[in-house]
Amino acid sequence: MNLCVLTAHVPDTASVIKVGAAGNRIDETGLKWIISPYDEYAMEEALKLKEARGGTVTYITYGPARAEAGLRECLARGGDAAVHVKGGEATFGDALAVARVLAAAVRKTGTFDLILVGVKGVGSDNGLVGAMVAELLDIPHVAGVTKLEVGEGSLTAHREIEGGAEVVTAPLPCCITAQKGLNEPRYPSLKGIMAAKKIPIQALSVADLGLDEGTLAGAEAGCRWRALSLPPAKSGGTIIPGEEDPAGAARQLATLLREQAKAI
Amino acid sequence: MACILTFVEQRDGKVRKGSLEALSEAKRLATAAGWDVCAVLVGSGIEGEATALGSYGASAVYVVDEERFARYSAEGYAAAVRAAVERCQPEALFLSATALGRDLSGRLAARLLVGCIPDVTALKLADGKLEAVRPVYSGKALATVEPGGAKPVVFTLRPNVFAAEAVGGTARIEKLPAIPADIRAVVREIVATGGGELDVAEADIIVSGGRGLKGPENFALIKALADALGGAVGASRAAVDAGWIDHAHQVGQTGKVVSPSLYVACGISGAIQHLAGMSSSKIIVAINKDPEAPIFKVADYGIVGDLFQVLPALTEEIKKLKS
Repeated sequence: MNLCVLTAHVPDTASVIKVGAAGNRIDETGLKWIISPYDEYAMEEALKLKEARGGTVTYITYGPARAEAGLRECLARGGDAAVHVKGGEATFGDALAVARVLAAAVRKTGTFDLILVGVKGVGSDNGLVGAMVAELLDIPHVAGVTKLEVGEGSLTAHREIEGGAEVVTAPLPCCITAQKGLNEPRYPSLKGIMAAKKIPIQALSVADLGLDEGTLAGAEAGCRWRALSLPPAKSGGTIIPGEEDPAGAARQLATLLREQAKAI
Repeated sequence: MACILTFVEQRDGKVRKGSLEALSEAKRLATAAGWDVCAVLVGSGIEGEATALGSYGASAVYVVDEERFARYSAEGYAAAVRAAVERCQPEALFLSATALGRDLSGRLAARLLVGCIPDVTALKLADGKLEAVRPVYSGKALATVEPGGAKPVVFTLRPNVFAAEAVGGTARIEKLPAIPADIRAVVREIVATGGGELDVAEADIIVSGGRGLKGPENFALIKALADALGGAVGASRAAVDAGWIDHAHQVGQTGKVVSPSLYVACGISGAIQHLAGMSSSKIIVAINKDPEAPIFKVADYGIVGDLFQVLPALTEEIKKLKS
């Protein structure tokens, strides 16, 4: 079974976000970068499937030079090959452009039974790339998967919806987007980290895929981030001491919520 | 005339509130710009729901009413909405950012080779151009996003942010002819989790519990307050990772990003990942024994105290106020 995992390299979720000089991107100074947390569930599921069924796991990422470190981290957990499509600054935030690049990279790299990706890339928070890549490759997809069984030529997946789950069946090849709850991602072993260093990462440019990044970010852009700002800071909340008289504090809070905040 | 098409989502034949919010926002923007508003309703046995959409501002409702659309499928619904897009050639397509809307929007945008701007919390239409604001980095920043040239650009609107308002009016109902669709990913059944309780992503009031609850059994205190307020139960990552409650309840960077009108955080210190998921709530209440907890920095109201004493008292006070 040939598995392909699409991954993104994103700022650590504990990062404090600041606006960069360009005004429409974050300031990357001093940031720690990690594999997007949801991609870890996608990766773990692919590695488990490979262990159970044999085959290969190939990682593909689209990002600037630093994203290579993300691929090394992926390989340290297991897997056979990695492809780094370099670029992504100009198209950042535009799920359509990212999906077009990734779909082309998948096509160029091989034939896969299953493509796995996190339900969303932390940061741009689009949550669109899985469905878009599937559509561009003309294969079915299931998004937000919390449980997956892969059979011969088909899969059954539980997909999270409000207040429940849809049980979906689909033929292979298929694309799934991984939601938290799907599995418990493993940590890389020292042996894995050493072995990963020996696997060559194939570097591609967007042009190698027959696409032009300038056009993807320009005439054919799906959308553009024009500006980035920080949400207004809150201050001056009413904090009631409740150690001595919890019941009194509760009464005071309920009254404030009703009469001042008009929230109940 | 330029037009905004809104996809109207129904579950079990009932139109969902988020779709009425999206339709209402389309109407507000279109009225100011002299644009038209249309809607598309997809399902089986749902034609009767179309009439009411006129009062939310749709001048035309395209109805795709077929047995095989009874349950959602991204491929089937994308084909159905595409037929409506071809019929009315809209400038933009609005959906509510529900589980269905978020899924369908990606498939559909790729099929139409247009951009998609998800989870928007503000929209502007000036000089014939739409522009959106959306929380990114889980709400730690706001991006102002402009669509590319290909139309219609797809927008999903975050539930509970835009007001749904009936403005009166009647819609022309047009049933679209049978739509060919190759549906490969098929929903076989829907299993309810948590006894069909309100989901945090849709709730207008959320009461969340964290590590301070000390154990899964104490979520009963959270549930009691949520029930008294008519809200949903949320949780911090710490509580979910400890196995006290299902991930569907998690609020924060690796959970759900929510904007309810009231968010009550109990025994949650306020890690940056949690704050990112709820700081756009209209009113934030924190209950925590540590006066230095970061959650108090974003709180509009708070009680420094023992949640095991404060929560039951607060639940009683709310019940009294509501009776």
